[in-house]
Amino acid sequence: MLTKKRLKIKGEIPSASLSDIAFLLLVFFLLVSTIDQDKGMGFVLPGKGGEFKVNPKNITNVLVNAAGQVLMNDSEVQPRDISREAQRLLSQNPLMIFSVQTAENTKYQNYIDVIDQLKLANATRISIADTE
Amino acid sequence: MAIKKKTKVKAEIPTSSMPDIIFMLLIFFMMTTVMREFEGLKVLLPQARKIEKVETKRHVAYIFVGRDGVISVDDKLIQVDDVRKVMYSKRVANPQLIVSLRADRNVMMGLISRIHNELREADALRLNYSATTAAY
Repeated sequence: MLTKKRLKIKGEIPSASLSDIAFLLLVFFLLVSTIDQDKGMGFVLPGKGGEFKVNPKNITNVLVNAAGQVLMNDSEVQPRDISREAQRLLSQNPLMIFSVQTAENTKYQNYIDVIDQLKLANATRISIADTE
Repeated sequence: MAIKKKTKVKAEIPTSSMPDIIFMLLIFFMMTTVMREFEGLKVLLPQARKIEKVETKRHVAYIFVGRDGVISVDDKLIQVDDVRKVMYSKRVANPQLIVSLRADRNVMMGLISRIHNELREADALRLNYSATTAAY
């Protein structure tokens, strides 16, 4: 009789914490998953046919050659010093326009570096000239 | 007495199977959702420090420029001269268009400059140079 009684005992897995586990999993995946977001540098191109005369005093020419060397107002500047130089020019003249001109076979990365440096100096007026 | 007994009967919806149902739903949606495979060309984006997130994906159109100078828009390879046409139609459809330029870091600037000019012709002026975060 005793053995029979024992056999009748049902083995159940407690399911009360099931929803807790589900929530834990949900929270875990919510925290872990990152939606790949697009990041980049915003830039506004000048409109078509908008060529106007600017006081030459307000223009800094930034030339980037194929080797990635940078010339700012006819003096060579190390790429990482562009930001400092641009800040200096901006403090002298807040209306300064930076005109970036690249060579036909300048690498895109070098161009992005220059734009990046100018943006780091909080230069808002950046224009791009056609390639040489 | 008999009537009283009847009113005591409680009507309850069994809730013990609710987690099962929720799991079923979860699994169903997990199975049916397809993660959007990243379309476009394989590009090695340039690195930059001053980058910001693109606020909305809704207004963004992508131009891929591969390392060897191929241009792809909407999974179609196009010539530089066609960028204007494609982008103009996009611009007409969505005036708030932001063009995200996903160009390889080794692309020559001559091509990028031509794309710039095409975009200016198409009046799609809001541009975003896609880049990855550079280590300091």
